[in-house]
Amino acid sequence: MAEIVLDKVSKQYPDGALAVSEVDITIADGEFIILVGPSGCGKSTTLNMVAGLEDISSGELRIDGQRVNEKAPKDRDIAMVFQSYALYPHMSVRENMAFPLRLAKVDDATVNAKVEEAAQILDLTAHLDRKPANLSGGQRQRVAMGRAIVRNPKAFLMDEPLSNLDAKLRGQMRTSVSKIQKQLGTTTLYVTHDQTEAMTLGDRVVVLRAGYVQQIGSPQFLYDNPANLFVAGFIGSPSMNFVPATLENGELHSALGTTPLTDRIRRLAEAENAPREVILGIRPEHFEDAALVEAGQRTTGSTFTAHIDVLESMGSEKFAHFTMEGDVATSAELAELAADSGSADVPGADSLIVARLSAESRTRENADVELWFDADKIKLFDPASGKNVTYED
Amino acid sequence: MATATTGRKVTWGVLDLLVIAFALIPVLWILSLSFKTKDTLTDGSFWPQQWTLKNYADIFQTSEFLRALVNSIGIAIISTLIAVVFGTMAAYAIARLEFPGKRLLVGLSLLIAMFPQVSLVTPLFNIERGLGLFDTWPGLILPYITFALPLSIYTLSAFFREIPWELEKAAKMDGATPAQAFRKVIAPLAAPGVFTTAILVFILCWNDFLFAISLTSTTASRTVPAALSFFTGSSQFEDPTGQVSAAAVVITIPIIIFVLFFQRRIVAGLTSGAVKG
Repeated sequence: MAEIVLDKVSKQYPDGALAVSEVDITIADGEFIILVGPSGCGKSTTLNMVAGLEDISSGELRIDGQRVNEKAPKDRDIAMVFQSYALYPHMSVRENMAFPLRLAKVDDATVNAKVEEAAQILDLTAHLDRKPANLSGGQRQRVAMGRAIVRNPKAFLMDEPLSNLDAKLRGQMRTSVSKIQKQLGTTTLYVTHDQTEAMTLGDRVVVLRAGYVQQIGSPQFLYDNPANLFVAGFIGSPSMNFVPATLENGELHSALGTTPLTDRIRRLAEAENAPREVILGIRPEHFEDAALVEAGQRTTGSTFTAHIDVLESMGSEKFAHFTMEGDVATSAELAELAADSGSADVPGADSLIVARLSAESRTRENADVELWFDADKIKLFDPASGKNVTYED
Repeated sequence: MATATTGRKVTWGVLDLLVIAFALIPVLWILSLSFKTKDTLTDGSFWPQQWTLKNYADIFQTSEFLRALVNSIGIAIISTLIAVVFGTMAAYAIARLEFPGKRLLVGLSLLIAMFPQVSLVTPLFNIERGLGLFDTWPGLILPYITFALPLSIYTLSAFFREIPWELEKAAKMDGATPAQAFRKVIAPLAAPGVFTTAILVFILCWNDFLFAISLTSTTASRTVPAALSFFTGSSQFEDPTGQVSAAAVVITIPIIIFVLFFQRRIVAGLTSGAVKG
């Protein structure tokens, strides 16, 4: 168990490409940190640098206060779980899990005890003598975890460990990863592409974009207070809706009508010198069917009429998809997010708005409905810099 | 459906038989010749009318053949060993590392593999006579290694490329030194490739006639393929066909043993289960 400090850690490849730029993260002892971002954002490179599989171009990596930049992976006492699991196919499950201990020249009795213990935790006892080829995906994943936990390392590094599992299994394994980490209390650095994993697993989340740290904070904080458009669009599923808007005389004009700013929002926007043209961001759950909003609450928000294209009823809630006339919010960040999720190819998807309504809503598809949104929950972004001008610490 | 399946089976069966016959009839013919007596050699019958082991007895009585057999086995095994050991190192480097001159190295080895050997015979003959290597074991081992190395580098680097690199990273993370990672993880997985290569290289060296006939002059280093061409029978007027056939049968036996011995080690799909499946 250990504290891991990344002090202005950068990675520049010989061809000049900058993969990771001055990443500063202090990971407390026992903390579970998630590195998240779209493909190619440098999250795996960062992980590999901590592991020692890739050299650090500049900056310093300290584990327990000691500089380890020059240390070989084996001398860092860190265990890693790979996306592909990387199990040794010629060894049985038992031998796979015992491998790190054998290399460390631990005596047989201890090796057996530790392997049995890890197998117990991971529910692998029945499979100890099988070869990886005869295991299911979930079992292989657990063996990979087992190989990491047997030797009680200072930290776990996990590189998208669940991404090869099917959805249901991924959900189960997510819970068990979280449980095991809490049980062992080992510092963990976890790389993922998956939203849900980022939100549910970590104590803190680090959002990376093109090698730069965008924001670090608890999942809820990032969700409530994204520092910029990129974080706002990346965290949350379905993601935040973006609409171009104009700020004028304390009012916000957009395709969703004219909304008076609440005092809180106006104060924040003024402090940040918000430009006239902004991008308005609203999370799907901050919409509601106007018919269900009580009169007293109605005044804290703003209503508009939308033509519902698609209505998805999940039982506990309803997702209403509709398009609003007017321009589409554009910025470099949003374009990158769209490209990453593949939605850039979907015609007209950019202007599509998703609202999460109560299950009691009587909205129907292809019907006009009056919707309400909470004016105090909106976010305003500067389209040029992407900065959240309503950011609150 | 049933008739279609039967028809298919018959078609494939006939095709298989044709291929097997094409490949094996000459071998069986040699086998049959080697068991025929001198008088019935030319009787045109595929099946020996009179069986005899005299041809085998004869070739093992001449010290020439035994000596050639020892030369063949010794030279082929030494060449194979050296070519595979160096080939493994080179192939691992080519598959895993980026180093200056890598393309050049691969290109050169390809060039050597494609070089017409016959054009090298005369220069090699002169060089070896000058260096005193002519008609010695090293005189044959050296050119064999030269031509076996590209073959082993190519076969082995294909095998190494198939081993997921992450296994090596995992071994490093588990606390292995690079040497340990190679010995405990990569080498066991590459074993089938190494054995396959060893067989190919062994056959290459074993079958060579060109260098064997031109770079040797006595039984000191003459290998079996070359020695066969010097078979004359006990008198000038005797037809040595029976003995040549017997010798040909005898020299295929080591190859068969070699392949059978290593066959079990060449298990396809040994790496399955290493990564996502």
